[in-house]
Amino acid sequence: MIRLNAITRVFRMGDQEVRALNGVSLDIASGEYVSIMGPSGSGKSTLLNVVGLLDRPDSGRYELDGSDVTDLSETERARVRREKIGFVFQSFHLVPRLTAAENIELPLMLEGIAPAERKSRVDAALDAFDLKDRARHRPAELSGGQRQRVAIARATILRPTALLADEPTGNLDHRIGAEVMALLEGLHHAGTTLIVVTHDRELGARAHRHIAMRDGEIVGDEK
Amino acid sequence: MNLRDTLTLSCQTVVSYRTRSLLIVLAIALGVAAVVVLTALGEGARRYVVGQFSSLGTNLVIVLPGRAETSGGFPGAALGQTPRDLTLDDARFISHLPQVKRYAPLNVGVAELSAGGKLREVTVLGSTVELLPIRHMKLSQGSFLAPGSERSAQIVLGSVLAHEFFPDGKVIGQRIRLGDSRFLVSGVLAVQGESMGFNSDEIAIIPVDYAQELFNTNTLFRILVEARSRNDIEPAKAAIAHALKLRHDGEEDVTVITQDAILATFDRILRALTLGVAGIAAISLAVAGILVMNVMLVAVAQRTSEIGLLKALGAPAADIRRLFFAEALWLSLAGGAIGYALGNLGAWGIRLAYPTLPAWPPVWASVAGVATALITGILASLLPAARAARLDPVLALSGK
Ligand SMILES: Nc1ncnc2c1ncn2[C@@H]1O[C@H](COP(=O)(O)OP(=O)(O)OP(=O)(O)O)[C@@H](O)[C@H]1O
Ligand SMILES: [Mg+2]
Repeated sequence: MIRLNAITRVFRMGDQEVRALNGVSLDIASGEYVSIMGPSGSGKSTLLNVVGLLDRPDSGRYELDGSDVTDLSETERARVRREKIGFVFQSFHLVPRLTAAENIELPLMLEGIAPAERKSRVDAALDAFDLKDRARHRPAELSGGQRQRVAIARATILRPTALLADEPTGNLDHRIGAEVMALLEGLHHAGTTLIVVTHDRELGARAHRHIAMRDGEIVGDEK
Repeated sequence: MNLRDTLTLSCQTVVSYRTRSLLIVLAIALGVAAVVVLTALGEGARRYVVGQFSSLGTNLVIVLPGRAETSGGFPGAALGQTPRDLTLDDARFISHLPQVKRYAPLNVGVAELSAGGKLREVTVLGSTVELLPIRHMKLSQGSFLAPGSERSAQIVLGSVLAHEFFPDGKVIGQRIRLGDSRFLVSGVLAVQGESMGFNSDEIAIIPVDYAQELFNTNTLFRILVEARSRNDIEPAKAAIAHALKLRHDGEEDVTVITQDAILATFDRILRALTLGVAGIAAISLAVAGILVMNVMLVAVAQRTSEIGLLKALGAPAADIRRLFFAEALWLSLAGGAIGYALGNLGAWGIRLAYPTLPAWPPVWASVAGVATALITGILASLLPAARAARLDPVLALSGK
């Protein structure tokens, strides 16, 4: 469960101040399916980064699964990210040198899981995301939809409690985007909290809760 | 991430950036190879010189006529005196010094050797029975010159001469003509090869008084003296110089040198030279280190978004630091190993081309070369690795 309390994130560019998040308070229960929409620059990505512990708020408190994570050290934040958060990005962010299977294996490696178990879990993931015959392909040899499937498999291989997707279909055509959304929704059905930032009204509408942002503030929150 | 995965993953990275990695490995390898080859050369030269000197004899003190140090001629020259020659009496006189174990007077000249219709010019040494032990020479057949009063017109031939004049192998007891006199072959020297530019396989040795007669002189070319022990070398040198000064009416007109002193000087010079070239080669390794640092910094910049991704996946800063660190370690390890192999190959080539030069790379240089490669590689990666670990994940992911 995610609990943000009066979160502020300010970026300073020279003498200019941008309040990317301006006193945002938000509760998201475990297993929710939330979409975040809003104009460009409204603070959607910043919010996702704070929730995913990639970014630190300048003020406010953040409580994740009952414990305060606002003041954790960098190393502890890394551990929480590894164990509880999965990120899916618009540009996939696959490591170009590694094969699909090796990309999916990365979080298992970081977690220090033994090679034998890694292999069986990666095989299972390749199966689940229909990537079996692409296991030994490098990202450059994969289609956009396949790349995003690899990225999702990687994000979920450690079974995070929350999956944060920042415009996951932004680089995909409509049909493939819908397939990817279906995949993410399948994970939500399996119990994962799903938070999706999107510009696509149609895709955003599929969520069970819709958050609207503008100028670093939440201006709409409906179920 | 555990050590094995860190090493595997970074190795994979090194392999996949093939051109970049090859260039770095080559730069490091050349540095290490330079250290190995150059020190092999220096050490080879040192061993060669030391070997040449030791083959001359141990605890050797050499007396030669004339003063070597004076640049303006001999002290007596201004007074119209010629420097006094070294004589057999001088040699006998210094033999009574307590520090002297044995001595051998030496005369050198060229004469015509002939037997059985064959004829050639040879270098002739005139000496006594003591020459054999002092110069560490060995016989392959027969006996050396007879000692003291029993000496007669005997000749000892170098192995090549013996073979040339008596191809059937029957050498001992044969008669041979040297200049105008006849000699009886008493022995043949064992094959020794060249030492100090002097091939003892092609010389003939006769008793010193016969040599003086042959060359019509009563002076000596050298007196070779063997001191009783290593510690007696310097006292012997001083005592000989003093004794001959007394005998020569107070004139210091002989030079006494010790092989040890010459050897020590050469040894010192060549060691310093080896160290010097090793140092110069090590500088090329430092340059390689700067190259590694540069390339690693570029790698961090190139892979910024990848670093951001690793952070998003939950990699702590330490893991990222170790990944880059391990990458540099692989590069310098490969460079060090290849350089070591290349260097040994080079040294082998040198030994093949110059068989007399024992160009073996010294162990310390190989160890130091490879260690310097590793250390520079590791040091060079510290800054880039720290920079990678410090990257802000949000900025890194957005590629900024
Ligand atoms: N690192 C940064 N430095 C300075 N300003 C930043 C930084 N990151 C974000 N901002 C600013 O904060 C505001 C919110 O940015 P954010 O990326 O969260 O917007 P967004 O809603 O995700 O927009 P988009 O839909 O275009 O992705 C913007 O005005 C942006 O310029
Ligand atoms: Mg955004």
